[in-house]
Parts: sequence; structure tokens; C-alpha cells
Amino acid sequence: MEFENRDIISIHDFSTKEILHVLDVARDMVPAAQGKEEKNILGSKVMSSLFFEPSTRTRLSFEAAMKRLGGKTVGFSDAKSTSTKKGETLADTIRMAEAYSDCIVIRHFNEGAGRLAAKFSSKPVLNAGDGAGQHPTQTLLDLFTIREEKGAIKGNRVILAGDLKYGRTVHSLAYALAMFGVDMAFISPRGLEMPREFVSLVKEMGVDLYEGRDLAEAVAEGDVLYATRIQKERFPDPQEYKKMASSYRIDNEMLSGGKKGLIVMHPLPRVNEIAAEVDDTPHAVYFRQAFNGVPVRMALLALVLGARR
Amino acid sequence: MLTKELKVKPIENGTVIDHIPAGMAFKVISIIASGRDIDRPMSIVMNVESKRLGKKDIVKMEDLVLKKREVDKIGLIAPEACINIIENASVAKKREVDLPKRVVGIVKCSNPNCVSNQNEPVDSEFVLASKTPIRLRCIYCERDVTNITENLI
Repeated sequence: MEFENRDIISIHDFSTKEILHVLDVARDMVPAAQGKEEKNILGSKVMSSLFFEPSTRTRLSFEAAMKRLGGKTVGFSDAKSTSTKKGETLADTIRMAEAYSDCIVIRHFNEGAGRLAAKFSSKPVLNAGDGAGQHPTQTLLDLFTIREEKGAIKGNRVILAGDLKYGRTVHSLAYALAMFGVDMAFISPRGLEMPREFVSLVKEMGVDLYEGRDLAEAVAEGDVLYATRIQKERFPDPQEYKKMASSYRIDNEMLSGGKKGLIVMHPLPRVNEIAAEVDDTPHAVYFRQAFNGVPVRMALLALVLGARR
Repeated sequence: MLTKELKVKPIENGTVIDHIPAGMAFKVISIIASGRDIDRPMSIVMNVESKRLGKKDIVKMEDLVLKKREVDKIGLIAPEACINIIENASVAKKREVDLPKRVVGIVKCSNPNCVSNQNEPVDSEFVLASKTPIRLRCIYCERDVTNITENLI
């Protein structure tokens, strides 16, 4: 398994064996990610952090990951202050970043930007989200969270709930879970269902899939409940939004109908999908999930830069 | 009664594209006509009986040989088509159009937000995700082209 100098663009580029290797390396990174031990294995390395779109968790956790490994970061968090504003192509920006650093992390508003960046850089490119497309490091940290919290990926029934149409994290996650043979339930309001091509793909991969609208009912059968934000703008009628939002709101009453070991995940930011009262229960793992972005991204940086095998 | 042979006169030299799915002849013509002047006779036969397709179209072009790029495009919209090169009134070469595994620069991604549709110095590029029906997957945004005919460049 060779990771050195490899681009991390799409979860479709990974085998299950490779995913598990990344998760193993990520587990080794946890103490350093928590600041409990030093791991200066990227001391002379520089990471370009090119965020053409705003991001809180992904950008901060990538930069924290690089710094926890002793590396340095250069970059920007807003395309307005860059040459892109003057009409520079992404290809040229990438060529420049390639010359200045040892790896490139890119978040961009166009789908496929990560793959394009990889084409123009001989240094490894890590896709930190491209438009409505891929966000492989999020998928890997979601899988890491499930494995750390439940002991394994396979053997759980995972409920993906909320906006399954526009929420890009759930598309990649559903595919990755299907790779591991995980049974799933897709629960969404009318009009925000999982796109048909993903449903067919997951079914073709041989997993047991349930599709429905009633979250409270589905909760009883799940081991993992992965909630996503439903944006108000998706509903032209505010009354309809209100009605829907209340039936998809996860609170202690809803969770009382679920298994004791049920974990609740969310890519964050959350708005009203999860009541604050859930935060203090053993079900809530979304803040640990957000932390997991650091060890997973440390693992990827160490692997692609050749500091770990 | 007119015989099948009399509907269109055979050609001496040129290309005959046979087994075009019925109704697709005009699309094939538009591929051939784009970027070149057609100044030699060209005939189109539509909706003739075909054992293989039920009904088919045929395009005959005198003194014209297709470029590879044109053959690739025709392959995407009429994969059953057969191209006959005619020399001295007989078939000198006959070949099925083949579907390339990678399609570069002849189809536009149907996702307007795909990076290949921005002002970047790259050609569009697809892998053949399925042969029947033909599905092309963009190597950049990983989406399938929804309508190949409409997105030919």
C-alpha cells in the first residue's frame, strides 16, 4: 500500500484496505492531536492551505493537524484576497502553491477542483471539499468516528437523516459504508431524498437499505444516527419548513425510543436539528467527531508526505 | 415498385455510415458538417428496415473520409453504427465504431459548476462508466453526462 505522494481527491479512489490503514494511522495520532505527546515528524514541511470558500472545521483541523506534526502552513481562507479575483486560473494558482510548499490542501466552489489541482501539481493534493462534490477527509473522519465509538464499521445499522439530496457528506458516506457492507436507512423529508443514482449504487453494492420519512420510527432500529442540516431555503413555504423541522429534530424524547448504545453524529454546524439537551447524553458524539478531523488529517498528511507508511 | 437499391444511388468513393438508429441521421450529419464545408453529394436514408435495429438510418457521403474525432463522436450517439469506406464502388474497409474507454475534448460536462466548464486550461475528460446504455462519467466532478447528444462539443 503506497501513500507517499498520493493525492487524496475522492473516496472512490480508496479500497477498504486503504481506508482501514488510514484509520489505523489516525488512531496512532490521537495522543499528539490532543497535545499529550509531541510528534514532530513533518518538521521541514510546508502545507499550502487554499480555501477559496469559507470553512471553519475543515480549515482549522487541517492547519492544526499540520502544526501538531511540526509542519508549517501558508495560505488563505478567502478567495477575495487572491489573484483569482484578478482572473487567475486555478491551474496557475496551483502551480504557484506547488512551488512554495510540499503539499496542497484545497477547498473550492467548483466540483472537480481537487482533481484539476492534482493534475497541475506534482506535490500531493488533498481535497478539502469541492462544491457539492467530494469531501473525502470528512468521510474518513466519519468512518473513524464510527469505528472508534462502536468498535467496528461493519455490523452497525446506520441511519442517514435530513437533507440527503444536497448534503454532500452523506453521498460519500453512504458509498463508503456500502463498501464495508453496512446496512443503512435513508430518512428524509419529501423532496430532499437521496438522489436515485446513489440509492441504486448502494443497492447494487448489496447492502440492506430502507427508505422512509419517519425518523422517530427509524431510530428504534439504528446503531448510528447521522443527522444533517436541513436548510430553510429548501422550503418555499415557511409553515412547511417548521412542520418538517420539528419532526426531524433529535431530542432526548426521540432518542428514548432508540437503542442504549445509539450514537448521534452530525458534520456540524448544527442549527436546530439536535436539541442542546442531547449534548450531555452518551448518545452525543458530534463534538468528538469534529475533533477526529485532526488525527485523521494528521494521518493523511503524514502518509502522503512519506513520514508514515 | 422501387427496389431498395434504387432509393439512393451507390457511391463510387467515399463513406457510408450504416446502422444508425432511426432518427439519428441528422445528428450524425451535424457532427460531420460542423467544422467543414460539405461540397460533395451527401444522401440520407431514414427509417429503412433493419434486422438488427428494426429501423435504421443510413448516411452516404461522396469523396469524404471521416476524421477520428468524428468517428468517436458518432460512436457516442450511434454505437451500433458501421462505417464503410467505399473505393471504386466497393467496400474497401468496414468497421464498427468503437467506444473509447476515455473520451477527451469531444463532450462537455453537463454539470455547469464542474471545474472543466470554467476557464481552466484543460479539456473535458470522461471515462466510459457503462456501454449499454452509454454513460460517461466526468473525471473531474464524477457526475454522469445526462444527455450526450446535447453536450457534444
